[in-house]
Amino acid sequence: MTDEVLIDLRNITKTYGSGDAAFQALCGVDLTINRGDFVAIMGPSGSGKSTLMNLLGCLDTPTSGTYRFKNVQVENLNKDQRSLLRRHAHGFIFQGFNLLARTSALENVELPLLYRGYTRKQRHQMARQALASVGLPDKERNTPAELSGGQQQRVAIARAIVTNPDTLFADEPTGNLDSHTTLEIMELLGRLNRERGISIIMVTHEDHVASYANRTIRVLDGLIEK
Amino acid sequence: MLLNALFIALREIRRNVIRSFLTVVGVVIGVAAVISMVSLGNGATAVVKQNISKMGNNLMTLRPGQGWGGGAGIPLFELADVDAIRDQVPGVDTVAPFVQTNVSAVFQENDRKTDIQGTTPDYFRVANWELAMGRFFTDEEVMEGAQVAVIGETIRKEVIGEGIDPIGCKIRLKSTTVTVIGVTTAKGQGGMSDDLDDNIIVPYTSIQRRLTGRGSNGRNINQIMIAGIDGYPSANVVADVTLLMRERRSLGENEENNFSIFDSQQLTEIVTASTKVMTQLLGWVAGVSLIVGGIGIMNIMLVSVTERTREIGIRLAIGARAREVLWQFLVEAVTLSCVGGICGIALAYAACYYGADLVGAPFQFDPKINIIAFVFSAGIGILFGFMPARRAAALDPIEALRHE
Repeated sequence: MTDEVLIDLRNITKTYGSGDAAFQALCGVDLTINRGDFVAIMGPSGSGKSTLMNLLGCLDTPTSGTYRFKNVQVENLNKDQRSLLRRHAHGFIFQGFNLLARTSALENVELPLLYRGYTRKQRHQMARQALASVGLPDKERNTPAELSGGQQQRVAIARAIVTNPDTLFADEPTGNLDSHTTLEIMELLGRLNRERGISIIMVTHEDHVASYANRTIRVLDGLIEK
Repeated sequence: MLLNALFIALREIRRNVIRSFLTVVGVVIGVAAVISMVSLGNGATAVVKQNISKMGNNLMTLRPGQGWGGGAGIPLFELADVDAIRDQVPGVDTVAPFVQTNVSAVFQENDRKTDIQGTTPDYFRVANWELAMGRFFTDEEVMEGAQVAVIGETIRKEVIGEGIDPIGCKIRLKSTTVTVIGVTTAKGQGGMSDDLDDNIIVPYTSIQRRLTGRGSNGRNINQIMIAGIDGYPSANVVADVTLLMRERRSLGENEENNFSIFDSQQLTEIVTASTKVMTQLLGWVAGVSLIVGGIGIMNIMLVSVTERTREIGIRLAIGARAREVLWQFLVEAVTLSCVGGICGIALAYAACYYGADLVGAPFQFDPKINIIAFVFSAGIGILFGFMPARRAAALDPIEALRHE
């Protein structure tokens, strides 16, 4: 872990709707995450943790406040600029895996590379490496329907890390998995964090999952609990 | 980016073979319908033209009376009319007198009622006759009223019979006998579905002397065949011949023509124009089915965007830009419609190949309609693919990922 700042949020607010129907999901969040951190974001439903996660992952923009990612101001980027930022710096893992159906594991992992202009050979090589590093070297031809939940999440992780991102955003990565598989996936994430220095920001509501992180942030009513 | 979009689109098409197939079917049928309708229509037009030209290119037939029938009391033509037309009307290539009767032709035990046509050697040229064997008769043979005959293929087959050299055979016609000197090349069916080969052509002098008689006051020519010069407007010839014949038949200013002229070129024009209209009509009807096919593509693409919302969300989350998603869906639609276009052309070929026999029209390849139909189907892909593609591109990644 270094002290290099990766993410710096200052007084971030997010309001949905307008007028009387307006709902303030975030009410002035200050947050700093260093490169190499493994952060768990916890909080009850409706606390604003998902909103925070979407803002951190540049899937959404804040209503006000400043967001510096790697010292670059990103809160005012347009849709396409955010797409490019995600393409080059972020990896995403979802609770529901979100793999393309009827598509082999290898092709699923290749997906982000398609948008980065690699040759077919490079794509195959990088995707195979990623699959091997999540422990699925022999499943590249299988489609999601032929894989277990844990294996599907591993493919999703391979897809997220195949581009060597700075940051991995994991939205309840073990929410659909049993306790044994949860253990495996969390160990894999921990290893990626330690060995490859990938910063991980993870939303969860389970304490034992959060315990794999080296820092836990609790969100309540749109604010981070001190 | 376009190449990349094509690659992604092809992957998606392959991933959903059945859906893609169903999407394409409408366009396949539309394109096939347009091409086969137009091709068969062109084929039919060509057949009609060909049949009419079998009777003789640029052929005009002068008949006594109005319409098809002669009618009683209407004077026939005289030989001098033939010469007058040949000498006085511009744009005339050849003129031949035509004397016709219908008798039984007998050879050995064979007997067939057939058309006996008495004429001059010019007739062979006027009516586009060619020889399969032997020779035509000459002007000298006409002068001396020689008992010679050129027979049609049907007569050779039905009266002479197979395996017998027809040249030199003597065919009995009523009380006279003619010697076969030539056989004409088969023409098959004519424009009126009649057998053009069921005839015996003899010098008109022999037919008059032996069969029909000389007629009253030398008016003994049933018809006069006139061949126009290629490229000379037949309407002018018809007008000039009409004037000439009115004068020669001493018709007063208020009297109606007691003769008529059948103009094959005019008939060709009328028939060609009407089949062309039919072809166009069929083409348009088929074109409507192509548009319906395009709407099918749009329908499936729209459903597909809804069904694939999550896929779009995944692509956006991992960094696809809106325009890359737009291109993917647009290229997918265009690829499908182009594939549909190609399959449609192939299907049209198959349909024309087998359909040509069915409607009796030759298979005519028309590159123009193929290109038009293909470009049109690709255009339909762009037109009807754009709306769904734009809808896909406008999706919000968070909403899309949440979509069930």
